[in-house]
Amino acid sequence: MTKELGWKVGGEQGAGIDSTGEIFAWTMHRLGYYVFAYRHFMSRIKGGHTNYKIRVADEMISHHGDELHLLVAFDQETVSVNWHEMVDGGVVISDGPMKAVDDRPVHLYEIPLTSLAKEAGSAIMKNMVAVGVTAAIIGLRPEDFLTVIEDRFAKKGQEIVDSNLNAVRKGYDYYNEHFTTRLTLPVAPPLSPNHLYISGNEAIALGALAAGCRVLAQYPITPATEVMYSLVKYLPEYGGIVVQAEDEISAVNMAIGANYGGTRSMTCTSGPGFSLMMEALGLAGMSETPLVIVDVQRSGPSTGLPTKTEQSDLYEALYGSHGEFPRIVLAPTTVEECFSYMVEAFNLAEKYQCPVIVASDLYMGMSKGSSDLLDPGIVKIERGKIVTEDQLQGVVRGQFRRYEVTEDGISPRAIPGQKGGRFIALGNEHDELGFEMEDQTMRRLQMDKRARKLAAFAELEGVAAVGTYDAELTLIGFGSTKGVIREAQEALLAQGLHVTHVQLSVLAPFPTDSLRPFVQGARALLVVEVNSQGQLASQIKLHLGCHDKIESCLKYDGDPLLVSEIVKRAKEVMTVGNPS
Amino acid sequence: MAILADFKAEKPTWCPGCGDFGVLNALQRASVELGLDPEEMVVVSGIGCSGKLSAYFGSYGLHSIHGRSLPTAQGVKLANRELTVLAAGGDGDGFGIGLGHFIHAMRRNIDITYLVMDNHIYGLTTGQTSPTSDAGMITKTAPTGAVEEPVHPLHLALVTGCGFVAQGFSGDIVQLATIVKRAIAHKGFSFVNIFSPCVTYNKQNTYEFYKSHVKKVEDDPTYDAGNRFAALERVTEANALLTGVLYEGDRVTFEDGHAKYSTKGLATQEHTLSDDDYVKLLADFR
Ligand SMILES: Cc1ncc(C[n+]2csc(CCOP(=O)(O)OP(=O)(O)O)c2C)c(N)n1
Ligand code: SF4
Ligand SMILES: [Mg+2]
Repeated sequence: MTKELGWKVGGEQGAGIDSTGEIFAWTMHRLGYYVFAYRHFMSRIKGGHTNYKIRVADEMISHHGDELHLLVAFDQETVSVNWHEMVDGGVVISDGPMKAVDDRPVHLYEIPLTSLAKEAGSAIMKNMVAVGVTAAIIGLRPEDFLTVIEDRFAKKGQEIVDSNLNAVRKGYDYYNEHFTTRLTLPVAPPLSPNHLYISGNEAIALGALAAGCRVLAQYPITPATEVMYSLVKYLPEYGGIVVQAEDEISAVNMAIGANYGGTRSMTCTSGPGFSLMMEALGLAGMSETPLVIVDVQRSGPSTGLPTKTEQSDLYEALYGSHGEFPRIVLAPTTVEECFSYMVEAFNLAEKYQCPVIVASDLYMGMSKGSSDLLDPGIVKIERGKIVTEDQLQGVVRGQFRRYEVTEDGISPRAIPGQKGGRFIALGNEHDELGFEMEDQTMRRLQMDKRARKLAAFAELEGVAAVGTYDAELTLIGFGSTKGVIREAQEALLAQGLHVTHVQLSVLAPFPTDSLRPFVQGARALLVVEVNSQGQLASQIKLHLGCHDKIESCLKYDGDPLLVSEIVKRAKEVMTVGNPS
Repeated sequence: MAILADFKAEKPTWCPGCGDFGVLNALQRASVELGLDPEEMVVVSGIGCSGKLSAYFGSYGLHSIHGRSLPTAQGVKLANRELTVLAAGGDGDGFGIGLGHFIHAMRRNIDITYLVMDNHIYGLTTGQTSPTSDAGMITKTAPTGAVEEPVHPLHLALVTGCGFVAQGFSGDIVQLATIVKRAIAHKGFSFVNIFSPCVTYNKQNTYEFYKSHVKKVEDDPTYDAGNRFAALERVTEANALLTGVLYEGDRVTFEDGHAKYSTKGLATQEHTLSDDDYVKLLADFR
């Protein structure tokens, strides 16, 4: 069993909540713990409740956890909103007098965080005082936070470092003088050499860089902007370039142009921007130009809940745009896959000369977690059927058959600048040379050629399973929900129930064959997804039937899924399925 | 060295007499005279009769979607700055559906050339009002005459800071070829608006109309193409019926403004990371 501690800080947005969370999380990570951090925030700059949940564990986790042991509250709202998560015996630190929500045995300790910070030099250091109080409660020393404090403040001078550490000490001492309650921190696991603390968005940017992407065209949008921030930092160092496009239509067309021009390029967005890209998606499909689009999904429709998570763009990723063309849709299920799937995405886009959509979401993108599994060793760049100068020898200029009808449906591709490779890439239907035409036979040949490209797709299995085919209940999810569903499965197994978990990371082409034995073998299926229509469930029904044993566990209120919600729904389904 | 025949491709299907022939012809001449290699060139076109230009010109081409030739062309250029990149399209393509991109391409100043075949009408879709249709012009979609003020592309270009603003006329290929040559040679974004008559759907803005109304700035010794505000005034006075290079000035390109952006075409290089790169990159996450 994972041993863990749930910690949260909350207050008014813009009041230093983020830095408190980051200092605590980084310190725990560096001590060797596995940390998962989820930020709850609103679409405004100042005011409104925000909180930062940090779950600290002795094993790798990819969920922020349902429970809370220690809450630092800078205002009453934090207490009111988060009280229900507190475990019995947990501690709430309140910066001033605050009221408990009920009479459960939760310690509510008033500690003058802001006044102590003022004594240490400035009220803004109240977050450091809170860190010190935390240290006292969980048995760490103020010095344990020193390296992280130095990283953050060394630029501003030793004095600032000292006063921050002093503020930590103040909180630490104050707690020890007035209170005795301690919470147990699990024993720190040995520090792994690949122990990284990284968000999905950061891993996506790194993956793109590793894949050789050197042109990013993007228009800012939460929760995808951080990918741009990372690449703004990385790309120039490797000769590449970032363009802040005027809109997402421009961004996606720039990416198409750059890929056509021979440099790996992508665009990254969230729902509203993804919708603006639909027409161009078809251009990439029809002109067979490689294209990678990352959709860090957020709650829709329209502007929806712009700072909240959702997995509701699945239909759009699978079906968006007019006409019919092949596409690949990937949904990384862990932060490591955010890295490795980006490399895959670029390889697949060039191999199959089609758009590849990487569907992440706010929860995956903006949460940060510890991982030991991100492995640059997996990176291999494969550029598909790009022709060599040798292969172009003897081709009469203008006669290069860019859209040659081949057996595997994939045609040779030339890059501008190559001698003998001249061709026109186009969105109009065309013949093998790329000339616009309306001949019915050639139309059928070209449509069938494009459709054939993915027939033999077998690059990624797309299905990660724990458990047997013949489960009483099989939980199925896709993308970012892997961690929470896995924990729900463990909870159900612990209750003696025979439950399997299958997580999909490839959604197009749909991994029908890998999924079939699980769908056919299980007594019942519970498809868990963060949307209201059961978009994944509908895909399973479409490809595998079995309508009458497929149930849904849906969440669409803006908050990420909890383990308990899945467990509860699973039990409901199993009770209905097994009347006793 | 490439000859004229090297810049020819598919046989055009434009209506006989269409102004776009003149544009194609001028671009071919300009390319030969500049000594360009057709396979080091990319023409990105939008959708419209004008958008077919990429198929008829002998370089690499990308016949994109309606209104998006500019972002696509900018993407091509960023992928390989060693290529000569042009964007081309119609007045509907560039000043209607794609107008936003036009403004941003000018302020971004990536080194590409933009040719607009401005026939004041939607040709390919058989004769609807265009954003440059003159007020009062009768079309299928404005049977009682266009009511809206037309877009003024030259004014927009001049006030947006475009570093090269010119206007040509398909009826004067020699002048147009000279303009296109200078536009391609200009470092930074260059814009050439071209009166390119649609002989089928626009009976108002005809060759005869332009021949009798258009004045060449080359013929006017007082015209100063180095003065943006003077150009704005002269273009306004002439009701935009001027041809020639109307303004040329120096501006830092987007490419040069990004000091670390590779001076060699990105597409001509391999992009892999070394073990040392990873050590450096991953240090931020430890
Ligand atoms: C998104 C979209 N909307 C509408 C069209 C239909 N359409 C094609 S060309 C065109 C207008 C063409 O006019 P212009 O750009 O002036 O080109 P011309 O044919 O006159 O050269 C339109 C409306 C389209 N192809 N795509
Ligand atoms: S319809 Fe007009 S613009 Fe189109 S080809 Fe004919 S003349 Fe040219
Ligand atoms: Mg037109």
